[in-house]
Amino acid sequence: MTTLDLASSERGERRTSGRVRRLRALARAELTLLLRNRTVVLTALAVPLTLPFCVRPALDRLDLSGRGPGVGAALTTVAVGFSFLFAVHTALVGTYVARREELVLKRLRTGELTDAEILIGTALPAVALGLVQSLLLCAGGAVLLHTGVPRAPGLTVLGVLLGLVLSAALAALTSVVTRSVEGAQVTALPLVLATMIGSGLAVPVESLPARFARGLELLPLSPAVRLVRAGWTGDLGGPELLRTIAVALVWIAVAVFAVRRWFRWEGRR
Amino acid sequence: MDIDGHSGGNVIEVTGLRRVYAGGFEAVRGIGFSVARGEIFALLGTNGAGKTSTVELLEGLAAPTAGRVRVFGRDPYRERAAVRPRTGVMLQEGGFPAGLTVAGTARMWADCARRARPVADILARVGLAARAGVRVGQLSGGERRRLDLALALLTDPEVLFLDEPTAGLDAEGRRDTWELVRALRAGGTTVLLTTHYLEEAEGLADRLAVLHAGRIAAIGTPAEVTASRPSRISFELPEGHFVGDLPPLAAIGVDDHETEGRTVRLRTRELQRTATELLLWAARTGVELRRLDARSASLEEAFLDIAREREATV
Repeated sequence: MTTLDLASSERGERRTSGRVRRLRALARAELTLLLRNRTVVLTALAVPLTLPFCVRPALDRLDLSGRGPGVGAALTTVAVGFSFLFAVHTALVGTYVARREELVLKRLRTGELTDAEILIGTALPAVALGLVQSLLLCAGGAVLLHTGVPRAPGLTVLGVLLGLVLSAALAALTSVVTRSVEGAQVTALPLVLATMIGSGLAVPVESLPARFARGLELLPLSPAVRLVRAGWTGDLGGPELLRTIAVALVWIAVAVFAVRRWFRWEGRR
Repeated sequence: MDIDGHSGGNVIEVTGLRRVYAGGFEAVRGIGFSVARGEIFALLGTNGAGKTSTVELLEGLAAPTAGRVRVFGRDPYRERAAVRPRTGVMLQEGGFPAGLTVAGTARMWADCARRARPVADILARVGLAARAGVRVGQLSGGERRRLDLALALLTDPEVLFLDEPTAGLDAEGRRDTWELVRALRAGGTTVLLTTHYLEEAEGLADRLAVLHAGRIAAIGTPAEVTASRPSRISFELPEGHFVGDLPPLAAIGVDDHETEGRTVRLRTRELQRTATELLLWAARTGVELRRLDARSASLEEAFLDIAREREATV
């Protein structure tokens, strides 16, 4: 390795460690704020645990044998989906809007954090909460609902990770059209309803006409929910798996593009 | 150009700067100025003159619609990573999460910087040491401004942008802030600030620019800006004497005058000549000029004159 390569490599390492340090600092502050906001924490933790029991009667009425996961695995998938929606997406829309309206985001931009670091650092506690919750829900499902270990755990992990990233990216995008923290309760709803109805949380996709269900697979959180389910069924592979991942990546790309283009760092004057 | 290779010792250079907001409002209309290292430069102007819009462009918070901004020879918007570690910023309106403590907020900022002074030191410097454990939401408006200033100073910046740093502070807080700014200048820090307190800007700034409707109406040292404005002489004439008794006003250098009861106010660009002629006339005629007052224009008078003139030309 030449001296030049070495210097360049050291610079790269310094950049990476600087980025990690800044993200950790912002995430730690955001975690403190999150833990002090009991309403958000309670909503984020309780909804994914309680809502699945509301959809259980619908699952019980369906004969899922041979057409999808068992009731336990379906309930766990629903709970993980609600975690994406409430622990991450809805909570983060409120956080981004609150920080913007308090002019915190504008103030942060005057420091050494990059724009991406501000958005990611702000999102990290909610994403971590969603991750821990999803893992606990899967473990809880295995023990209490007798789902057992997923047949294809890689798909479950991929689904959870894509779901968390999508939920956070879509939260930043939703905040673009949200003027107040109160308004966040409304603007977060379209994704919540679309996911509940169209991605298989409240209405099992097995109960829908095949062509209609196929179209609903293009909804933003459908790929993540589908992958989490497929972890238990193990029935997603080949081109279908690639298509599902591609849909998720396209939504992430769309959200990132839109946030770069339209994200507002301060309230309207 | 190298980051320190900017021309002529200027750390800030602005040319042809314009900022047009969405909706078409043109807040900054082609201004240019430079700030030398170690200088205190003040941007003055009425509300809506374009001060904050200009400062935000210098801070790199937005890209100019047209023109050029350079800080340390770099574009502060496109080269943020190179410029930010060397600048400190205090926004006119900048927020902090209400749920964090003062120390927690400062610690977060310090951890985000490549190098930072100890949090306790910087809080003590702005008089917030005793409030370190208090949540930001419980601070008074003045204390929040001091926290804002503390964060701007945290990295010992070479250039400090202060947008209305004393707004909302009481008299003591204002004095402390200006003393701090003077100390920073003594240490070699370059300061660009905006303020509504003209007498303080006059005493503090090495150079200043008066903005009006997005354009620079006057620029220079405080003495240069005020020298371009007429001086004022006022006095009361005794009973039985009138303005017409005075020597021909134009001949003694008076630009214009006004009377109010027995009080006469003269405006002149030749203060010494006009005052001398007036006193000689008074001595010759034995007239006592009561409450005689002769003085150069203050920055505030110059500022108001500029604003009035510009309003008249719009």
